[in-house]
Amino acid sequence: MIRPVATTREMTGMPTGRLAVWWVIASEIVIFGGVLGSYIMHRIGHPEWEYQAAHTNTMAGAFNTVVLLTSSLAAVLAHNAAEQKNGPKAARFLMLTCLGGFIFLVVKSVEWTNEIHHGYTLASSTFWSFYYMAAGLHGLHVIAGMVIMLFVAADARKNKELQRVENIGIYWHFVDLVWIFLFPLLYIAK
Amino acid sequence: MSSTAHGHAASVGNGHDAPAGHHHNPGFIEKYLWSTDHKMIGFQYLFTGMAMALIGGFTVYAFRMQIAFPGMSIPGYGRVTAGDYNALVTTHGTVMIFWVAMPVLIAALGNYLIPLMIGCDDMVFPRLNRLSYQIFLVSALVLISSFFVEGGAFGGAWTSYPPLSSKSQYNLTGVGSTLWVVAVALEFVAFLLGGINFVTTVMNSRAPGMKLWDVPIVVWMIVLASILFMASVGPLVAGAVMLIFDQNFHTGFFDPVKGGDPVLWQHLFWFFGHPEVYVVLLPAMGIVAEVITVFSRKRLFAQRTVIMTAIAVGIISFFVWAHHQFVAGIDPRMANVFSVTTLIISIPVAEMVFVYIGTLYGGSIRLTTPMLWALAFIAEFLLGGVTGIFLGASGADIYFHDTYFVLAHFHYTFFPIAFIAVFAAITHWFPKMFGRTLNETFGKVHFWGTVIPFNCIFIPLFVLGVRGDHRRIYDYRHFPDSMQAGMQDLRVFATLSLVVLLAFQVVFLVNFFYSMFKGPKAPANPWHANTLEWAAPSPPPHGNFPEGLPTVYRGPYEYSHPDRKEDYWPQHIAPEGA
Repeated sequence: MIRPVATTREMTGMPTGRLAVWWVIASEIVIFGGVLGSYIMHRIGHPEWEYQAAHTNTMAGAFNTVVLLTSSLAAVLAHNAAEQKNGPKAARFLMLTCLGGFIFLVVKSVEWTNEIHHGYTLASSTFWSFYYMAAGLHGLHVIAGMVIMLFVAADARKNKELQRVENIGIYWHFVDLVWIFLFPLLYIAK
Repeated sequence: MSSTAHGHAASVGNGHDAPAGHHHNPGFIEKYLWSTDHKMIGFQYLFTGMAMALIGGFTVYAFRMQIAFPGMSIPGYGRVTAGDYNALVTTHGTVMIFWVAMPVLIAALGNYLIPLMIGCDDMVFPRLNRLSYQIFLVSALVLISSFFVEGGAFGGAWTSYPPLSSKSQYNLTGVGSTLWVVAVALEFVAFLLGGINFVTTVMNSRAPGMKLWDVPIVVWMIVLASILFMASVGPLVAGAVMLIFDQNFHTGFFDPVKGGDPVLWQHLFWFFGHPEVYVVLLPAMGIVAEVITVFSRKRLFAQRTVIMTAIAVGIISFFVWAHHQFVAGIDPRMANVFSVTTLIISIPVAEMVFVYIGTLYGGSIRLTTPMLWALAFIAEFLLGGVTGIFLGASGADIYFHDTYFVLAHFHYTFFPIAFIAVFAAITHWFPKMFGRTLNETFGKVHFWGTVIPFNCIFIPLFVLGVRGDHRRIYDYRHFPDSMQAGMQDLRVFATLSLVVLLAFQVVFLVNFFYSMFKGPKAPANPWHANTLEWAAPSPPPHGNFPEGLPTVYRGPYEYSHPDRKEDYWPQHIAPEGA
């Protein structure tokens, strides 16, 4: 397909790809806003949920927070390399970001396996329903971000479509930010 | 020549690069099913929406016949059982809103009009656009497939309130109810992708010289509607996930026994559901603005006010949702707050109607078929808006809630939006879309054959609602209070009017498909309109503007300008002496 003229115009001064990523994030904010808003309202109405929340693994959550924040640093460094037109370097940093996402998911699955073994499943109470749904929805975003990042890295290695390095970085920061909200709400709030 | 002219020359060059694709002859699949051309994707949405409208029309025929002639075998359907009735009501509501109004008003017209009206060759993300339609098509197929699973199509009403929707022992359509949620969720994904594409395209890819105020109202409205949709649908996406979990994985998000709350769904649903009213209203308002300016040969009165008003409507629409829940046990003090916000939102909407009447005032009005539809929109929507005041006031709503008064009010807003405005749009842009002209006589027969029966359906339903007729009742003979003198006669009258209305749609379909192939050829600008789509040939080729992408010199509504011999002044015509 030939790229239409429309795609190359920049009336706002912002490249079309980046502009679209911001709109994607805007629509995602409302989705997570719906989940977290519902959770917070329920949590206020059900103080007894703190006994359920006490069984979450705060240390694992804290470790994952550090991992995700560090992976975001790698995404920034990838953007920096892309600005200097150093595609292969950007690709390496993107792979590092992916590694962060991968570690996050591994920790998460160990955590969940443990909890399910102790009888805390999706349907055991509404706290756990929210816990698995919110973190699961976030996890899907991590996976989607990693998959896209692998494609972007493959292109960047060949110095192609370097502007996408920044775009996927913006998305990754957003996924990171969602976790910053999820971690205290699901793990720390007692 | 000024510097803008150089920009124009440059874009002419690009314009020739981009549509290079139209030199090779694409095959049938590539052209009609796998196309990335915004016009073809618009047609895909349009024709899918029209096909779904037939399903929506057939379902309402079947269940209205059951109401008018309970227990009778319905010609073309057979006996309607109570379960069928629930599925038919649910499907009618769902299909007409999510698979007719949304795809036709926003997706079809947005796709077709936006690149043409802002003077570029396509959407900024053509492949994303194609994906959006494909997901939409899958969502429609999922919904239709629910008719053929065990238990049949979902029977929990289009609002899908738990526990009715979350427990199959209540709705008796276990598989169908999950398919319903999946279909709706897929459709939201399709429109989110489409909406991001629309907004980005209009923000970044307008023709050189086209400032924000030079963007035609209908494009403004579709973009605002897309943003509104994006900002309101998220919580319902979350709600849809919760509902699927409740239905299938024994969670209790909406089950008080497990620490959930059924009213949570109502909040999530209406936080989307009420802005959704304006998601479809704004594009309809935009269409009407375009049509009445063209056929009044006059500037749109207070153009900037319309845009600012639309933005105000969008913002206020996020603060009215709980007026759907006045009887759901909400705190009366909260009910007061939502009554006030609801009454407030009628002000900007009324203002738009006044602006349109102001546009008509002193214009030289041409009563073409699209103009008739546009005028009918203003009149009929006004009735819908005024009856809404009764429902927004919480005291009155407690009496009217869930009666036919609500239903009639709702249809007086939605029918003008989803059908009257759409017919205005189709008859107005048909020459551009297919390069041929619709028959005016058939158009007017269809117009009167639709608008008169429409009023004959819903005025009796208002009366029934005031007399206390509850909606979603399968057989009124079981309710002596609803069988008092004359009430069944009104139901029969409304139903027969519906049959007449449906019959007259045949006139439209014949006119539409005959003219598409055999109608007289249309010139590029048959209505002498200003906006950029009329600068392209009819129908526009791939790449839209074969003579180069246009540059814009003025606003879209310069009709009857005193300095000009012609009574219109297209946006792309360079000023003399420049």
